[in-house]
Amino acid sequence: MTTIEIDHTSRWFGNVVAVNDVSMTVGPGVTGLLGPNGAGKSTLINMMAGFLAPSTGAVSLDGRAIWRNEAAYKEIGIVPEREGMYDFLTGREFVVANAELQGLGDAEAQKALATVEMEYAQDRKISTYSKGMRQRVKMASALVHEPSVLLLDEPFNGMDPRQRMQLMELLRQMGAQGRTVLFSSHILEEVEQLASHIEVIVAGRHAASGDFRRIRRLMTDRPHRYLVRSSDDRALAAALIADPSTAGIEVDLGERALRIQAVDFGRFTELLPKVACEHGIRLLTVSPSDESLESVFSYLVAA
Amino acid sequence: MYDPTVARLTYRALLGRRRAAILFVLPALLVIIAVAVRAFAGSDDQVASDVLGGFAIATMVPLIGVIAGTGAIGPEIDDGSIVYLLAKPVKRPTIIFTKLIVAIAVTMVFSALPTLIAGLILNGNGQQIAVAYTIAALVASIAYSALFLLLGTVSRHAVVFGLVYALVWEALFGTLVPGARTLSVQQWSLAVAEKVGGAGAITSDVGLPTATVLLAAVTVVATWYAGQKLRTLKLAGEE
Repeated sequence: MTTIEIDHTSRWFGNVVAVNDVSMTVGPGVTGLLGPNGAGKSTLINMMAGFLAPSTGAVSLDGRAIWRNEAAYKEIGIVPEREGMYDFLTGREFVVANAELQGLGDAEAQKALATVEMEYAQDRKISTYSKGMRQRVKMASALVHEPSVLLLDEPFNGMDPRQRMQLMELLRQMGAQGRTVLFSSHILEEVEQLASHIEVIVAGRHAASGDFRRIRRLMTDRPHRYLVRSSDDRALAAALIADPSTAGIEVDLGERALRIQAVDFGRFTELLPKVACEHGIRLLTVSPSDESLESVFSYLVAA
Repeated sequence: MYDPTVARLTYRALLGRRRAAILFVLPALLVIIAVAVRAFAGSDDQVASDVLGGFAIATMVPLIGVIAGTGAIGPEIDDGSIVYLLAKPVKRPTIIFTKLIVAIAVTMVFSALPTLIAGLILNGNGQQIAVAYTIAALVASIAYSALFLLLGTVSRHAVVFGLVYALVWEALFGTLVPGARTLSVQQWSLAVAEKVGGAGAITSDVGLPTATVLLAAVTVVATWYAGQKLRTLKLAGEE
């Protein structure tokens, strides 16, 4: 049982605050660190990885500070986001070097390569690897000493769907074995598929924390705005406003469209096609007008 | 204090990069110059001393030192691959010390060895000139490696600063401005060479005791400081 404790931690660079008074506890299982780009996820992970000192507050591993504590790396495995990784080595040489630096040897390296299913390409130079292969070799280098904590910074970036599935499965196994696995992502679906527990970071602040159902509910219960075009906008508007799931409708003459504010997301998505069908109205456009992740996050911060 | 894995990664990185070509070009140039001078001017102690002092010690050794010293750590910090060393239960000063050893070894092989060969070609080690300059190159290799390894640890523009130091300070000021010579690795190493070479063959502006103390101090302080800097090296993300 290994726990990372982040206690009232802030980090600033010059006069830019990257992480602002964040407190959280990351325990065994898979935790997703969710937030838009530039939210401070990497800064937070770098502090957990001991690569960055907190400006204030404390980041500790089972009660021991991680910053300037090389011994912590016996228990931590890190998969960095950056690509730099001794491209002139073969995959096997790279993982063996990582094993040796942990005081281990060839056997452990080979086992880690098998875990990530990279044995088939282990004797090729890393410079010839695809993004997904590099990611898996990075994983092997982080797993070689069987750490109790695994930190991954945007591990799914640039991976194709099949590689993504494989890595998710691997991380799920790690979590099920009781390891503390934390990964960052700016994609809600990724986090939702994998993490049982989610921490949301927006603009350096800890915006929400909890299991994904709770976060999902927060995200879907907020007012949604839609832009709808149909064969008969006014008739559609009249029929929709009668239902309580719709809070307001504006007829936008310039756009020749309806701007609809829905309060009950689930009910509205069922209502719209039903109403259109009953009144013989053809729907030409239905597009959410504020579905960008940033707007979801900004709503969460306000919540 | 010394980690063989760090050493292996360091020398493979050093010799595997394109920059490493300079490591081969400069010594080759020195040997070619030596052959040409010998062919045209014959064996002459003064000429031998001028070539070894003016090109080998004043220009080649510091340049090789810059390539090996900064190259032993700078590129890893630049591309972020240093995380794989830092995220290990290995003491940071051990990483620096190991990289220093590798940088010293590479600088010695690529500067002191060619200096010896060139010296033997030039005048067959008359007045111990070849051996004396080789010793100067060996001694300078240690100090330059430590200095430029520190530079590579603290600055992203280590090569530029290193070249400015090596070419402007050591090669230009070091030979033209008397005051600058006291603070020059080149002069300190020449002070050591002075004792080895025949009387009057090699001169340095610095006395041997001062030179020895300064060489040792620069090496130790630079290495210690680089270890400290690496302990608090901030690997900020892309944000």
